[in-house]
Amino acid sequence: MSDKLDRVAGNGLINRRHLLKVGLGGLGSALATNALSADAGLKLKIPQWSQQPGPGTSAYGSPSPFTGQIQRMAGTPDPLYPGGGASRSPLQHLQGTITPNSLHFERHHSGVPAIDPAQHKLVINGLVNQPLVFSYEDLLKYPMVSKTYFLECSGNSGTLFGDTPVDGSAQSMHGLVSCAQWTGILLSTLLDEAGIKAQAKWIAAVGADGASMGRSIPLDKALDDVLIALYQNGEPIRPEQGYPMRLFVPGWEGNISVKWLTQLKLTRQASQFRDETSKYTDTMADRRSLQFTFPMGAKSLITSPSGQMSLPQKGVYKVTGIAWSGAGSIKKVEVSADGGRSWADAIIESPQADKALVRFSIPWQWNGSSAVLQSRATDSAGNIQPSRDALLAERGLISFYHYHGVQSWGISPAGEIKNVYA
Amino acid sequence: MYMPKAFKFVFLLVSAVFLLLSNSQAQTVKLGQAISESQLIDFDLVAGPDGSGLPPGSGTAKTGKAVFELKCAACHAANGEGVSGNTRLVGGDMHSESSPLRTVGSYWPHASTVFDFIRRAMPANAPKSLSNEEVYQVTAYVLFLNNIIEEKTILNKESLTQIQMPNKDGFVDLSHLH
Repeated sequence: MSDKLDRVAGNGLINRRHLLKVGLGGLGSALATNALSADAGLKLKIPQWSQQPGPGTSAYGSPSPFTGQIQRMAGTPDPLYPGGGASRSPLQHLQGTITPNSLHFERHHSGVPAIDPAQHKLVINGLVNQPLVFSYEDLLKYPMVSKTYFLECSGNSGTLFGDTPVDGSAQSMHGLVSCAQWTGILLSTLLDEAGIKAQAKWIAAVGADGASMGRSIPLDKALDDVLIALYQNGEPIRPEQGYPMRLFVPGWEGNISVKWLTQLKLTRQASQFRDETSKYTDTMADRRSLQFTFPMGAKSLITSPSGQMSLPQKGVYKVTGIAWSGAGSIKKVEVSADGGRSWADAIIESPQADKALVRFSIPWQWNGSSAVLQSRATDSAGNIQPSRDALLAERGLISFYHYHGVQSWGISPAGEIKNVYA
Repeated sequence: MYMPKAFKFVFLLVSAVFLLLSNSQAQTVKLGQAISESQLIDFDLVAGPDGSGLPPGSGTAKTGKAVFELKCAACHAANGEGVSGNTRLVGGDMHSESSPLRTVGSYWPHASTVFDFIRRAMPANAPKSLSNEEVYQVTAYVLFLNNIIEEKTILNKESLTQIQMPNKDGFVDLSHLH
């Protein structure tokens, strides 16, 4: 069969139509051959679980015990930073584009506050005609919209700015990106109610956590697509995502989507909070620092096969991953198996929605020799995900946030997969 | 369709009223309760670089030293040198040969941020436990440790707004790129 495969790029990338021809059944992700080895004596029987009733309904569902422990990866607590830190989504174990709420990445600056929604307030003040205060109960009565958006921490993938490639997984290196359906009130609706004064140009958004985390948002973005999100994938937003409400700023660095939102203050200028000056800014080689890197760059990542996995044998694999852009929708994802010398278009398996994750895949025949798998995204604004070298040439080596360069997964002849710089 | 002029006018008028009604109906949910800025005086902690939001009160590094030693030094050390990279408040040079150490003194572009952050988020284990007076005092001490103000400089709404931070011109504003 392999000799007849229609090759579309170097080192074994196969025409994406091949997947359709042979069907997906024989091409399990990171599974070289059909799981059922040829056995002439095979005779299927009715399984035991089909011969008895199972347990009944449950009040709250849980994953099959056969899926193993699919969990977030939390960092080590730092006593000098109580409640601070991040946990990462298990990207290599997820499919499709929606992150289950229990697995959505977290980043907190002073832990998760236990907010009683009956006592929570949302204030709009500053340069408005009438400062207003809203209760949670009243906000639930407003018209809402539901949108699927990715959220990515500015620090995601930052380890790739380092001199030497870490031995990491898709989760440990890139797990600060997730995607959910967010339901809430357009911020413009509430701003109209308060009445925006002509001098207002920015909005300071403040959370009700211990750190009262604050960020400044330009008014034009606030009036465009920003939400007061109250629901996440259909249920009330989870505490670690901002219950009872968070700001959601589509496509922009995650930190600006202020959780536990309690205040929106209209101002003339940016408020210059700690988390938009001393943090979340990038120092370049000439020692000037970039401030307010708002939209996250066009980016993609192969989630399987990926770092710390292994290929058990030669054969045809399904290469799959995710792509996203803060500047719009994903138009195209290309995959290379020869470290970027040749590229082939991957299949986009999901809707190509604005500022949402897409899922891509392409069949690949591994011949048992060294290979470097890469992906690169192109977005609707024409932005092409840069190579690591190109990004570093632009940003220098001091930078830490906003890495969106290409990820390279090196495959050894033994089938071991490692993060490499290629 | 033939319409007498007067009838036409009435028809247009009725249409306009109907449009107005349907517009207002689409925006009938208005549940915000009016509140005044004076009612928000203890709630609104946003202190901007233009001085907006800075409360009354004042402090000097001399008075701030005692507060700092009691409430901040456990993590930041008595002289602000910190007990880890993240807790260091002093030193650093943005033009050092190796990767620069970024602190309040070497990196932060606005003095208002020091006040704003201490007031909203510090001490990390008891945020918002300092009085506005203490926040001015500790802010003065941190700026003094970085040789930005003198020990006796009285920090208040006016003087804090005048402070020029060493790295104030070190940032490229990309906020228009979206």
